[in-house]
Amino acid sequence: MSKPKVAFYWCASCGGCEETVVDLAEDILGVVEKVDIVLWPVAMDFKYKDIEAMPDKSIVATLLNGAIRTTEQEEMAHMLRRKSQYLIAYGACAHLGGIPALGNQFSREHMLKFNYEDAPSMANPKKTRPQLKFADGGREPTLPELHNVVRALDQVVEVDYYVPGCPPTPKLTKAAVTALLENRLPPKGSVIAPDIALCDECPRKASKPVNTSFAEFRRPHQKLMDPNLCLLAQGIVCMGPSTRSGCEAACLRGGMPCTGCFGPTSRVRDQGLKILSSLCSNIAPKEEGEINKVLEGIPDPVGTFYRYGLAKSLMRRKVNLPVK
Amino acid sequence: MEQAVKDAFNQGAARANAAYQMGRRRFTVEPITRLEGHGKIDIFLDDKGDVERAYMQVPELRGFEVFSIGRPAEDMPQITSRICGVCPTAHHMAATKCLDDLYKVEPTSPGRKIRELVYNAFMLEDHALHVFVLGGPDFIVGPEAPPAERNIVGVIGKVGLEAGKRVLTTRRRVRELIAYFGGKVVHPVLGLPGGVSKALDPADLPKFKQLAKDAVEFAEWTVDVLKKIVLGNPEYVKMITSDAYTHKTCYMGMVDEQNRVNFYDGKLRVVDCNGKEICKFATHQYRDYVAEHVEPWSYMKFTFLKPRGWMDFAEGPETSVYSVAPLARLNAADGLATPKAQAAYEEFFKTLGGKPVHHTLANHLARAIEMIFAAERMEQLVNDPEITSPDVRRVPTSVPKEGIGVVEAPRGTLFHHYQTDERGLITMANMIVATQNNAARIAMSVERAAKGLIKGGKVTEGLLNKIEMAFRAYDPCLGCATHSLPGHLPLSVNIYDRDRTLVRRLEQA
Repeated sequence: MSKPKVAFYWCASCGGCEETVVDLAEDILGVVEKVDIVLWPVAMDFKYKDIEAMPDKSIVATLLNGAIRTTEQEEMAHMLRRKSQYLIAYGACAHLGGIPALGNQFSREHMLKFNYEDAPSMANPKKTRPQLKFADGGREPTLPELHNVVRALDQVVEVDYYVPGCPPTPKLTKAAVTALLENRLPPKGSVIAPDIALCDECPRKASKPVNTSFAEFRRPHQKLMDPNLCLLAQGIVCMGPSTRSGCEAACLRGGMPCTGCFGPTSRVRDQGLKILSSLCSNIAPKEEGEINKVLEGIPDPVGTFYRYGLAKSLMRRKVNLPVK
Repeated sequence: MEQAVKDAFNQGAARANAAYQMGRRRFTVEPITRLEGHGKIDIFLDDKGDVERAYMQVPELRGFEVFSIGRPAEDMPQITSRICGVCPTAHHMAATKCLDDLYKVEPTSPGRKIRELVYNAFMLEDHALHVFVLGGPDFIVGPEAPPAERNIVGVIGKVGLEAGKRVLTTRRRVRELIAYFGGKVVHPVLGLPGGVSKALDPADLPKFKQLAKDAVEFAEWTVDVLKKIVLGNPEYVKMITSDAYTHKTCYMGMVDEQNRVNFYDGKLRVVDCNGKEICKFATHQYRDYVAEHVEPWSYMKFTFLKPRGWMDFAEGPETSVYSVAPLARLNAADGLATPKAQAAYEEFFKTLGGKPVHHTLANHLARAIEMIFAAERMEQLVNDPEITSPDVRRVPTSVPKEGIGVVEAPRGTLFHHYQTDERGLITMANMIVATQNNAARIAMSVERAAKGLIKGGKVTEGLLNKIEMAFRAYDPCLGCATHSLPGHLPLSVNIYDRDRTLVRRLEQA
């Protein structure tokens, strides 16, 4: 029997998801033995023509990381969807839009203008910009176009499963790949990680206050933090209560708060709104002026509560841009 | 040359090119695999089928500088690490140093030492990734090997399963050290102004001491492997030293007070192609020495030495094109600060005919030598009595305004520069990343390799791989280089006929 075909692909991403696959370390040799990797641009030499020539549904599973920003990424997502029995959104960018989706707060023109004209180290008096088609003495190198907005994978094509995290852990990756190889898959649409809030597996769980009341919020650099005490009890915003577990509270073990990269549990539609309502209903002062003073400790609510989930948020985008 | 004269000259050259339009063909190589981020090479042939011009393009752009606006500065080490998941620690550390400068707070001594320990561990494991997984397979498995074997699996076939496991195991253990302090290894969280978020528990020290010892042996073994496989093969040596892979440009690298390589802190030193120092500057002066140029055919910007002005993709003693990363760092410094690395450094220049070395492919060996240096630094730091001190952070008290932080990333000099309001919210962020500093030289290398290898329209898969090798030797990180809008694309070769229609797409598999 031939080995099951698996593909890895990346769109608007940083490569950290790819690193996690490599971080399976010794285990990756076991995976390589059991599957036939047909596409993995970061680590192996293969070309897209071969994928295009494959029959539909001939790849058992494609793990796609990264958000969708360009036309070419969109085309690849559609092609890999056609060729794959299972399409898995791997990592926070494919799952939720990820950090690049913070760009949805700004226009494409704003980014291009800063990048090619306004940055303090620019030397570009003629205001040259990259051209989609550039005629250089008859030679015409081309560049792909950028969409106005960043989208999560399931805003572009149908997705079967999600592996969360920025990046996912090697352990969850191994669990997902094993479930796939052994055909023990959860219901379609599942996020392959425990369906419970992060606090459940946090080593500081015991000190989490039952009745929280916030007289102030402090930003992490503003005070020395107790390494064992719940950060919310120390007045530090931690996304743990509205974030799915599965990372074993990695950031907290590094002495810093959760920033929410695993997204919400299945019972929550909008991760940011969930924590926002929870924190705000527990602010100690009841007068508007005093409430505002407390909220000064959270100067960037979008970046704090939607660090990874802005593309999928229910909230309207600041600039209501068309995709193209 | 005066700007007006240069412009007139360039326009004339453009017109001459336009006049010479007929009968031109174009190639595009895609995707370039085994590199971080994505790229595309367009190769144009003339009537005889020889290469007239090759464009190394980066067809992606993300918007980190712009979407950082309004974010609290203390989030920047974690936001900017997402520029690149392969070198997150480099962005994390440059951003953290930028916060020190922003808040004018000096890290505590143990805090600084933990940062340096983590940073050297990162340099070691990242270089190991390139040597054994990304660029190294070109040599270890061989440039003529079938594409399906030129990867980590092929490397294991060549060096043996035990050796292959040693690579993966050592890399995993070193990455566990980073995760110990950073919470996780991809996108660590330890960096705060004035120090780090986590101290080293004395109970955990013995395993890290053992690791550092093993890491030094591993790094020395890596240099031996490359010496045996690469320098021991006359064919390879001929290829490395051939004109197709040689460029005489300037070199930049961070140095300590004795002009020795330092990855974490120091001044930036630039030498010309004869090895003569052109300038040495403090990081906060970067805008006086480094500037970015735009070409309409790539989203990637090209940095150059500002005092000399943009002089196109030129080489020689007067050029403003400079290079960064391992080979450039060794060329720009007078030595390495640890004994085993220094010995390897001296042997390197002796073997390759003296300083500076201009052979792009020598980057692979230079990278392995830097692994020894990083491992020896780790060993020094874990044996420092201060390393287990709980005093790892100083809380800043001053009002923030502007900060600049620079480190040597594995792929070269990395600049972060922020301005904030009095609450520490970003009003301006500028980053010049490692690969951008190499962009001009990479573009030149690709064109040179194409010109040297494609003759009479004959293009074979092996030739295309050799062109990709010119590119991969820099360990280019295109994700980093185009941090400005999300959107990665693969690198591609297309062939166009005289009517400029796509004839076929050249692919390796």
